[in-house]
Amino acid sequence: MEKVVLLGDEAVALGAIHSGLTAAYSYPGTPASEIMEFLIRQSAGGKNFVAKWCVNEKVAMEEALGVSFAGQRAMVSFKHVGLNVAADPFINAAITGANGGLVIVTADDPGFHSSQNEQDNRFYADFARVLCFEPSSHQEAYDQTREAFDLSEKLGLPVMIRLVTRLAHSRAPVEVREPRGKNQGFKYGYGPDWTLLPANARRRYGDLLQKQKDLQAYAEQCRFNQFFPPEPGQRLGVVATGLAASYFREVANRLETRPAFLKISTYPFPQKKLLELIEQVDEILVMEEGYPFLERFIRGVAGLPGKVIKGKMDGTLPASGELKPEIVARGLGLPVRNGVSLGDFKLPARPPQLCPGCPHADTFKALNEALQGYERGNVFSDIGCYTLGALPPYRAIQSCVCMGASVSMAKGGAEAGVYPSVAVIGDSTFAHSGITPLLDAVYSQTDMTVVILDNSTVAMTGAQPSLGTGEPLDKMLVGLGVSPEHIRVITPLPRNHQLNVGLIQEELAYHGLSVVIARRECIQILGNK
Amino acid sequence: MYNIIISGVGGQGILSIAFVIDQAALAEGLYFLQSEVHGMSQRGGAVESHLRLSETEIFSPLIPQGEADLILSVEPLEALRYFSFLKPEGTVISSRTPYVNIPDYPPLEEVFREIKKVRESWLIEAGQLAKQAGSLRAENMVVLGAASRYLPLHEDNLKKFIRVLFQSKGEKVVETNLKAFDLGRQAAESQA
Ligand code: SF4
Repeated sequence: MEKVVLLGDEAVALGAIHSGLTAAYSYPGTPASEIMEFLIRQSAGGKNFVAKWCVNEKVAMEEALGVSFAGQRAMVSFKHVGLNVAADPFINAAITGANGGLVIVTADDPGFHSSQNEQDNRFYADFARVLCFEPSSHQEAYDQTREAFDLSEKLGLPVMIRLVTRLAHSRAPVEVREPRGKNQGFKYGYGPDWTLLPANARRRYGDLLQKQKDLQAYAEQCRFNQFFPPEPGQRLGVVATGLAASYFREVANRLETRPAFLKISTYPFPQKKLLELIEQVDEILVMEEGYPFLERFIRGVAGLPGKVIKGKMDGTLPASGELKPEIVARGLGLPVRNGVSLGDFKLPARPPQLCPGCPHADTFKALNEALQGYERGNVFSDIGCYTLGALPPYRAIQSCVCMGASVSMAKGGAEAGVYPSVAVIGDSTFAHSGITPLLDAVYSQTDMTVVILDNSTVAMTGAQPSLGTGEPLDKMLVGLGVSPEHIRVITPLPRNHQLNVGLIQEELAYHGLSVVIARRECIQILGNK
Repeated sequence: MYNIIISGVGGQGILSIAFVIDQAALAEGLYFLQSEVHGMSQRGGAVESHLRLSETEIFSPLIPQGEADLILSVEPLEALRYFSFLKPEGTVISSRTPYVNIPDYPPLEEVFREIKKVRESWLIEAGQLAKQAGSLRAENMVVLGAASRYLPLHEDNLKKFIRVLFQSKGEKVVETNLKAFDLGRQAAESQA
């Protein structure tokens, strides 16, 4: 078998290609972006299969659903919060069911490396009542993706794969198998199954409930869920999921006697195996990346009589942040080695910052100056490199919540009396989720100013193409109904500073809806040209 | 097991160093597992890669605290950031050339003094040597060259994959980076 060096993200991508992928869709977001980056590189411009960045995750999910309806295999991937955006079609896709294999990949970010939260998307799989894989290694990321496609068609349901940052963004050799071809011929979904009128939906939901026992039966015999009995005399049992199982394996050989060990890679989880473990031990330690998802099930309300349950809920492991080998070692009562101490040397932090020469820096300087003298103003912002404008020396923005929230919050703020109420949003974020709230503001003729930072790319995640940049963006604004006199374009450059301040001041003073486009290409993509 | 932390500032080519070591390890039949940083920190922030080499299967993508054999840093202050990972008997190889993009960068002598508290530590004039090799951007390969005699990998393999890495950028870039590697190796040897 051939060995290929892959990121965890890429192992999933290659697994999908080898499963006979017809189309894949995504929106950039750390730590998931490298899945689509890899697919695009391998797609030979769409000759081999379709691999596309979409305007947002909801659209990506729905496009994938259309592929599945047509009987072909589709994958959609995004970072954890992307599933919030795609939640509507995702939940309903469990009810329509999948025709061609449909796999949803979520890359969770415990530890907040590049995210606003550390939500655990295993809850979503449970919520939608679909099966979820959680690989513990690169090899499993590849193997489970292949399994996920087959299983999706067998069950007639979408299947989810949950990655975490440290797996998504680490690299290791993976053994790959013979690729499978694409699904042949046209076999459309059955219309009434896919038309979720209440009568149909009720029937389909009944089918979904019926299938739950098949999911459970699969979990019980799935080769990725493994139980190892304890060594004689050991009364501890470890239940570990995904990457946590690998951290456990890393430190387990330091224990004198081996605990019982249940490695879990699917949800629903293998209940019989879990009961087998519980029977053989007095103490159960649950280790999982993210929320205490499994631990809550095991504890229930009353716990397990006569057994001690440890994990994130009793403080044995930290309730927040990602797991690390030393955290897992401590949880097992093992000593952790000390590194080299810096004594009282004070190590300054080196936070990320806007690149020298970044266009956003010039926009923030101009905006800050234009806002001077106003007492009730506020700048709502959004998600992208420009969120770093919250930090010194700019301190130019006062919010960042979720994709597109700047525009909607500025409207709400304006309606509560904020003046000037300013939204600062990037071009791609605007395309993703800023258009609909702007339409709302047009309809209400809200007194607010939207600053669109048009750097013509999705810069933060590595310069993916933006779907709302340049002239099409200008036309879109006119089309949405923003008054053309109040769509102003500036070029954020130090030499234009005074000009830009003046122009922004005019639009802040205007009592109505205005849009200022700050247009200059991200210097990183300039450098790549 | 041989554990390496590669550190520096976003944009300094940490992942290029990791690529060369990964591929050389694969060529020599070793297991490896290497974690890296993508996303926000790459914008001028502190970045690191944990790289583990072993003859047997590796499970954790992260090096446990106190278990790194080597810190290989393209920036001196960034070498210090990972000292809690370093074995007391471990090695530090760092560029002397600072990357100052924060207002509270400590006096350089203090940074060097801290690094030198580790017995096996080498400070390399990476900036100067990279310039001598033909490009300031080759600092990462200078540091890799300096570290090469510590790595459980053959020099030839490392060079082979430097070639692979830069091939698409043309022969001149390949030569510059190979020269940077050699200058780094010589500098470390002359200090030893
Ligand atoms: S990547 Fe582009 S947009 Fe982001 S900080 Fe750098 S120059 Fe600015």
